[in-house]
Amino acid sequence: MPLSFILYLTLAAFLISWLLPTRWKVHGLLIASMVFIYWLQPALTIRNLDFWLPSVAITLTLITWFVTQFPGLSGFKSIWLTLTFIFLTIFGLAILRYLDPICCLTASRPPPYSSVLIYLLFVLILAWITSLLSNKNKAIRYALISVIIGLLIVQKTPILSEFTSTLLRKTTGQDINLASALDISWLGFSYLAFRLLHVLQDANSGRIGKISLGNFLIYALFFPSYTAGPIDRMQRFDQDLHLIEASRHPASILEKLFTLVRSENFVIGSKRILIGIFKKFVLADSLAIIAINDLNAMQVQESTWAWVLIYAYSLRIYLDFSGYTDVAIGIGNLLGIKLPENFSQPYQKTNLTTFWNSWHITLSQWFRAYFFNPVTRWFRSHPGKFPVWLIVLIGQTGTMLLIGLWHGISWNFAIWGLWHAVGLFIHNRWSDWSRPIQNRIQQTKTTKLLWSITSWLITFNYVSLGWVWFALSDLDKSLYVLLKIF
Amino acid sequence: MSSEKRSPSLSNHQPVRLGWLVGKAALLFVAFNLVFAYFYPLPFLGKISAYNFIFPGRSRLPYGDNPQNSYNLNLYNLEAMFASHEVHGTPKGSDEYRIIMIGDSSTWGFLLHPDQTTASLLNKGNWTSTDGRQIHVYNLGYPVMSLTKDVLILNRALAYQPDLIVWAITLESFPYDKQLFPPLLQNNSSAVRDLITHYNLNLDKNSPDLINPTFYDRTIVGARRPLADLVRLQLYGVMWAATGIDQEIPATYSPAMLDLSDDLSFHNLQPPHLESSEIALDVLQAGFDMVGDIPILLVNEPMLVSQGENSDIRYNFFYPRWAYDDYRKLLANLAAERDWQYLDLWNTIPADQFTNSAVHLSPQGSQQYAEILSQAILQAAQSKPPADD
Repeated sequence: MPLSFILYLTLAAFLISWLLPTRWKVHGLLIASMVFIYWLQPALTIRNLDFWLPSVAITLTLITWFVTQFPGLSGFKSIWLTLTFIFLTIFGLAILRYLDPICCLTASRPPPYSSVLIYLLFVLILAWITSLLSNKNKAIRYALISVIIGLLIVQKTPILSEFTSTLLRKTTGQDINLASALDISWLGFSYLAFRLLHVLQDANSGRIGKISLGNFLIYALFFPSYTAGPIDRMQRFDQDLHLIEASRHPASILEKLFTLVRSENFVIGSKRILIGIFKKFVLADSLAIIAINDLNAMQVQESTWAWVLIYAYSLRIYLDFSGYTDVAIGIGNLLGIKLPENFSQPYQKTNLTTFWNSWHITLSQWFRAYFFNPVTRWFRSHPGKFPVWLIVLIGQTGTMLLIGLWHGISWNFAIWGLWHAVGLFIHNRWSDWSRPIQNRIQQTKTTKLLWSITSWLITFNYVSLGWVWFALSDLDKSLYVLLKIF
Repeated sequence: MSSEKRSPSLSNHQPVRLGWLVGKAALLFVAFNLVFAYFYPLPFLGKISAYNFIFPGRSRLPYGDNPQNSYNLNLYNLEAMFASHEVHGTPKGSDEYRIIMIGDSSTWGFLLHPDQTTASLLNKGNWTSTDGRQIHVYNLGYPVMSLTKDVLILNRALAYQPDLIVWAITLESFPYDKQLFPPLLQNNSSAVRDLITHYNLNLDKNSPDLINPTFYDRTIVGARRPLADLVRLQLYGVMWAATGIDQEIPATYSPAMLDLSDDLSFHNLQPPHLESSEIALDVLQAGFDMVGDIPILLVNEPMLVSQGENSDIRYNFFYPRWAYDDYRKLLANLAAERDWQYLDLWNTIPADQFTNSAVHLSPQGSQQYAEILSQAILQAAQSKPPADD
């Protein structure tokens, strides 16, 4: 995301916080989130797809709300205003096609209004049907989970993305020979999918609270965190929205401005945004020049420099990702939403387990809640059948493999996941086995320090070497680099 | 309205601190910018370099159109450019016979790896001068065609105490309309004006091509691009050290044109004759005046001699025959008249040894050129042993 986009998002957040009356603030957030997901979606070569993908994102969000929250047909009365609001926003974005001077907020010209009207009607009918069915059984929720996971798999698998591109090109009458996986670049869907899956799964297990349709859309599509997280939890987010709705501000615009810029949220938020911009655009982008990539991996001549390139990548990916997270959290602060932290000094950790507790925290927590815990719980529910080490191995391997594949379905990401699974398993076993030794080592300051330094060196280098699988596009290149450095 | 439901605000003293913070930041920002603009330390900052310290010096001056792939970039800070060069990090020893090569992209080595340039190939000869000193050739070519650019670089290169200067030239560097067009010159307007004044060059000191930095341009904000370029140059040093690559060489390229137009004109000049006043011979003379006693070997560099369509009218894309023939005559006469060491190698390399331009040599062409040049260099090194350092 370019710097200008971040500045626009920040400005939007500031204006919403400053100018909108409290009762309109949440509506403002809803409109802004919806508009921004269209605006942020990059241009795609398939006709109108950069309009339809955000529309599908909103549709999936709506359907998720209907199948988890909808109180029944009578409930339509309570949401008709929000629904109208949502549909008018989508329709409004579409009809910008006809207003040349201000066309368009989407990357390319939106489809004709008739197509959009038909689509909205379809969405309405779909929402109605799914909500009716969802009252009967859980199957509809599982079906929706399958659809979301299916879309995620298509998006993350190059060959499936290319196949989808071919199909879509056939539909639009475009040249199928130009079909490419890049045609299906659906901005933010990886994160949206995980928010929706969290809600659907919690609904299935009866752990979900109530949330209004508008608030749910803001939660799922919240523009600061839409593209790069963090993945918040619905009920925590909803509490912040209620606080915004309940807040009171001075009537005068100037007084409001003064109050706003003196508020803790504003100070902390601005600081986080500035730190994030510095991390991303100064440090990470500079390190990108020397970070290992497909091209320079094959050109590097000496192992020492290969290490430098790998370390540069380690720092770059952290600064890049955590920089975006800082910006998202900062903009969230400006709006009164306290997004969860995603990083907690991961490169200072002295073992892989604590590293994963401090790297992409919300994603790790998501997988822990919806994969690791259920899987290990299932195994533990059969006492005596499976040894603890095997349960840990299966749980960690599955979790890390899925985390790897979440970045893209390829051998490299799979091996990156397995690399960390092996590391976590070894650490787990080592911790148990070495406890008496560690207890002795902790007794003197010097040995404690030496132990910490050694642990840190091993952890940082293990993580850095893991990035070789992550950063390069195929196994041969990764192996070439790893063999070169040793 | 309950106070609990208000947005949390900072305690009483914190807004004051925030005001101070913003005020101090603004004040410092303005102050730093003013001080920076007053001193404008870019040339000084350019001298601070990790090259020749952490990374090996570059074997040719920084130049790169596609930095991401060439690990090189175009910047206009002469000090930084030289500080990144190996010549800057190599103190001249008493056993070194130092040769500096200046010229255009042909000398720089366009589409050639660093070890394929003429200067590199000359070094591989491992020759010594008559007084037993090891000959080392430094490539200070720069890929634009302008004699004034050559003189600007030569002026800076003299600090490195050359014993011999090999100056490769071609007619395309001579037209007056080419003299001030390179961005390197336009962004070093002060140095260029000094040259024009000092050597009384027939160039316009007030040319609009020469960029006069405004006060804003001299501030940190205004100079953010050249400042960022300095940082990028250092970062690309890592890649230079790691890969030895300083140029993206594509697997395929459009070969130099062999079938030519029937256009007789050369820049704004028309046949039948090229007059000495029409080309920048005064800039060439300035180069000779500048170096004093240091010998210059002037080389009319090899070029592609086409045998394609209209080759009876033109030698190649650059030159109509009438202009180039007259240029050679003018140069030969001038060299004889002024007792310059002059080597005319215009047609010494076969046409199939040129790459994407009439002056860019293939690796084999570069090898042939280096072999021919080596004889003349050895002769120059023998004929005029330099004074002791």
